[in-house]
Amino acid sequence: MTAPATELPLQRERARTIFEKGAPGRRAFVCPEWDVPQVGAEALPERFRRKQPPRLPEVSEPEIVRHYVGLSKRNFDLDSGFYPLGSCTMKHNPRLHERVAALPGHARLHPLQDPEKAQGALELMWNLQQALAEISGLSHVSLQPSAGSHGELAGVLLTRAYHESRGERRHKVLAPDTSHGTNPATVTMAGLEVVKVATNPEGGVDLEDLRAKADADVACLMLTNPNTLGLFDPNIAEIAAIVHGVGATLYYDGANLNAVMGLSRPGDMGFDIVHFNLHKSFTQPHGGGGPGSGPIAVSDRIARFLPRPLVVRHEDGAFDLDFDREQSIGRLRGFQGNYGCFVRSYAYICSLGGDGLRDASETAVLNANYLLARLREHDIGDGRSVSDFLPLAYGELCLHEFVLSGGPMKKTLGLKTLDLAKRLLDHGFHPPTVYFPLLVEEALMIEPTETETRETLDAFADAIAEILREAAEEGPEIARNAPYTTPVRRLDEVGAAKNPVIRQAL
Amino acid sequence: MLEAIGVPSIEALFERQIPEGVRLRRPLELPDGRPEQDVYAHLRELARKNVSAEDELSFLGAGMYDHYVPALIDMLMERSEFLTPYTPYQPEISQGGLQVMFEYQTAISELTALPVANASVYEGPSAVAAAGYLAKLHNGGRRFVVSAGLHPHSIETLRTQAHGYGMEVVEVPLGDGVTDPEAWAAAIDGDTSAAIFAQPNFYGAVEDAAALSAAAKEAAKASFGGDGAGFARPGNPVLIAQVDPITLGILAPPGECGVDVAVGEGQSLGNRLDFGGPSFGFFAAREEYLRRMPGRIAGETTDVDGRRGFVLTLQTREQHIRREKATSNICTAQALNALGGVVYLAWLGRRGIVELGELLLARTRYARETLCALDGVQALHTQPVIREFALRLDADVAEVRRRCAAQGVNPGVDLEKITGREEDRGGLLVAITEQRSRADIDRLAEVLGAAVAAVGRGKNTAQRAESVGEAVPA
Amino acid sequence: MAEANYPQDLLYHPEHDWARIEGETATLGITWYAQDALGEVVFFDPPEIGTTLVKDEPYAEVESVKAVSDVLAPLSGEIVEVNGDLAGDPGAINEDPYGEGWLVKIRIAESAEREALLDAEAYSATLGG
Repeated sequence: MTAPATELPLQRERARTIFEKGAPGRRAFVCPEWDVPQVGAEALPERFRRKQPPRLPEVSEPEIVRHYVGLSKRNFDLDSGFYPLGSCTMKHNPRLHERVAALPGHARLHPLQDPEKAQGALELMWNLQQALAEISGLSHVSLQPSAGSHGELAGVLLTRAYHESRGERRHKVLAPDTSHGTNPATVTMAGLEVVKVATNPEGGVDLEDLRAKADADVACLMLTNPNTLGLFDPNIAEIAAIVHGVGATLYYDGANLNAVMGLSRPGDMGFDIVHFNLHKSFTQPHGGGGPGSGPIAVSDRIARFLPRPLVVRHEDGAFDLDFDREQSIGRLRGFQGNYGCFVRSYAYICSLGGDGLRDASETAVLNANYLLARLREHDIGDGRSVSDFLPLAYGELCLHEFVLSGGPMKKTLGLKTLDLAKRLLDHGFHPPTVYFPLLVEEALMIEPTETETRETLDAFADAIAEILREAAEEGPEIARNAPYTTPVRRLDEVGAAKNPVIRQAL
Repeated sequence: MLEAIGVPSIEALFERQIPEGVRLRRPLELPDGRPEQDVYAHLRELARKNVSAEDELSFLGAGMYDHYVPALIDMLMERSEFLTPYTPYQPEISQGGLQVMFEYQTAISELTALPVANASVYEGPSAVAAAGYLAKLHNGGRRFVVSAGLHPHSIETLRTQAHGYGMEVVEVPLGDGVTDPEAWAAAIDGDTSAAIFAQPNFYGAVEDAAALSAAAKEAAKASFGGDGAGFARPGNPVLIAQVDPITLGILAPPGECGVDVAVGEGQSLGNRLDFGGPSFGFFAAREEYLRRMPGRIAGETTDVDGRRGFVLTLQTREQHIRREKATSNICTAQALNALGGVVYLAWLGRRGIVELGELLLARTRYARETLCALDGVQALHTQPVIREFALRLDADVAEVRRRCAAQGVNPGVDLEKITGREEDRGGLLVAITEQRSRADIDRLAEVLGAAVAAVGRGKNTAQRAESVGEAVPA
Repeated sequence: MAEANYPQDLLYHPEHDWARIEGETATLGITWYAQDALGEVVFFDPPEIGTTLVKDEPYAEVESVKAVSDVLAPLSGEIVEVNGDLAGDPGAINEDPYGEGWLVKIRIAESAEREALLDAEAYSATLGG
């Protein structure tokens, strides 16, 4: 389990890029038949022409396949193992979705196809919009934003447009100090300023602080509920009242929607703008870092500002794209959004139905609480339990995720959350999210999702306990030098930042 | 499990944590869940209601193109190990994905002839907006000058975002199909944060990129401090070009034309049409902009045993650490689509990208000549074109397109509908890919020629002439 | 520098910046506590000579792998010199925060401002246990 006596095959294999493979003259592409007249120089004057071709590789198809399949084996993935990243909702990606997304009627449809000839696509988008409206409790939906953070930008721009339409220019956006990193960046891009709101000892928004800071210069409060601690703020109605009381809007970051589908709706909680992450609750595969999709749903008073175009349904039942939206904030990207993601998420919603979605949330919350309970009482072997080293940071129960603090572990065992994470790699698990939220010392944020079995959760708890036992009995050095069994071991991130090398030298 | 937790029921978990006032006490009003085979049938039925490039002879372009995607890309993009992981925050078990990013960055750097590139952004128009934001952070200028040849979606996206941080967007008109050089120079001053054009431009024309870049720098220098109000530094503005990656095998790359930041839509590189997304945007720049670049960047390094490896680097620029000072709010990249992109470029290879470019050049020229030989069809401009060109029809474009559709042909994009410009009325944008053979182009000519004739040249020319006050031709 | 160290001859700003006063000029930098919290520094880009610093306002950023931190001006003044060696060796900020790791030198604008700064003992006390 520690350093293998000899290097593992994947470790022995040295990394070589595709640019370092192949040989002059090799090729994969065969050019289609040249069936038109040759062109003279006037077709593209010499001064516009490229002098030297780009130095792309010269490789054959078998070499390409072997290279990238080889790379794929140096990747851990969700199909291969447990991936409890907090706030990422790493739930199973059903393979039906790839099959339907590949249907040529969807996959080879040009975005500028006339609406009459794209009725299937528009109907799908319309149905998805209706479903998201029902899930959120807000009836006006735009599918355009490309990812969660893009949806956030839309939300802040919508809020700005709303206030401007009322003749007001507000400058501040409130966000809790537990908020996801994208929130403050988004606010700055929209020309506004972030003001942080404190968290109370129970992990919710500090109402006193909120009241003090909520004034007529506040445009919006950005929240997620449950929050990044996995806790539902019991004061949400009061929070909404305070915010609406000063004429500001309430924005919902849908990163944690997996906890409440069919159980509670952000629209009913008082939110004006909700964004969804189709790559979280709605099974769009994460792709190793995208693509995603971040649709938004808004209340009546915000609807007219939604991005253009919107998918609409005429009286005769025909679907269309509506560009005639005078007060729209405009566009956030080209065309209509990430349709390929809509196809997959729509298939998911069709498969589960309303009851299935609620079931998913219930199971997600059950799994998280079960794992929390197991970690609490799991003995590490000497009478001490995991929670002596990794106590729950806030509260007693949780919703779909929970945050442990590695503070005691660091103090008594000399083991940091980072080291625990690296040692988990040797146990075949992807570590949870580490060092977030910033509010919790040595944070470890765990979200199992509903698609994990009890056996997997038990095995994970066993692994955590084992790592703690190992550190307690044999000292922290083993974990500090982990991982041992991965294709590469700990990497020099400082060197990479000091002297960035971000392309292959040729 | 409930016993382990210490609660009597799942409902109790919610009862204890969510106030009753916000509980949904009715089922969601959605259709019931269905077995896989029913869902498949439903999605297939919806697909059948779409007319895709499989169902008609399509010359649609304007930003996304029906190129051939080789089968190996489908296979690689569906592999679990590339499809299902998260962003590589634990590099030791993500070397596959990180190396793909590194290779992709290298490929984009090669294509654009710019030294630094990120691991992808969402798509083309938002990449243009992101480049604008970089310029604003870099030099604090208060205005963007953009050529009317930029994709209309890029202009609109830029306007939407720029409104957020208070930047003016000034549009420079085209003259004879390309950016008017005098108007361009006149619009740029020391307070211009960025000057942005497209190459080839939206109407398919090859711009004189080197001349535009040089003129922009000259114009800014000449008027630096002119109005006294700007705080721009000499060396403004940032030159940004939205480029078409497929043409970069034969077209002089932005890095050799004085461009500072090159961005664009990557869909042509191994990605499907998918009714507009997902695809990827690429973003490349000069070395000095490295620490201001948005998005993820993979960097090379070594592990404790000296093995070569890759990590996400320069992450302090990104949202999750710098928070309000972040260079952008981009969290998700388009890693899977970028994988398709780099595999496609490896598949094309050094020779292939040139051969493909030459073929497109020749076929496009043939298409333009053939169509312009038809009655009632003229070129909107006669600038060099590589894979797309604009025509003006002496007939109502919508009606012509309907008639062509009845023959199973989609002749291209109705220009006025997408640009909203009155001068584009009667305009048609025709895109050529390697999947459109000479025979296909001949068929287009046949169908389009018949449609234009049938819709009625005389009648419609008269109507148009009346509306713009011209004399009706005899 | 392995152990916490706060030289006696310096004055300290509570946000972890120090000043060494030398007549009309002062040399500025960040304290041992700050470099320890940041971790290994990878990048520092100094502001230009001639830039005006305002007490308590940020004038630059220090970047490590995991975080970037504002550097606050303990005193107001005009930059007369910057530490150009840090471009090649930003790690000096960690190894020798009070010596080789100095950031900028300013001509002091308002000498009364030094009254608001802490001495080594008082600053250490703010750091707690």
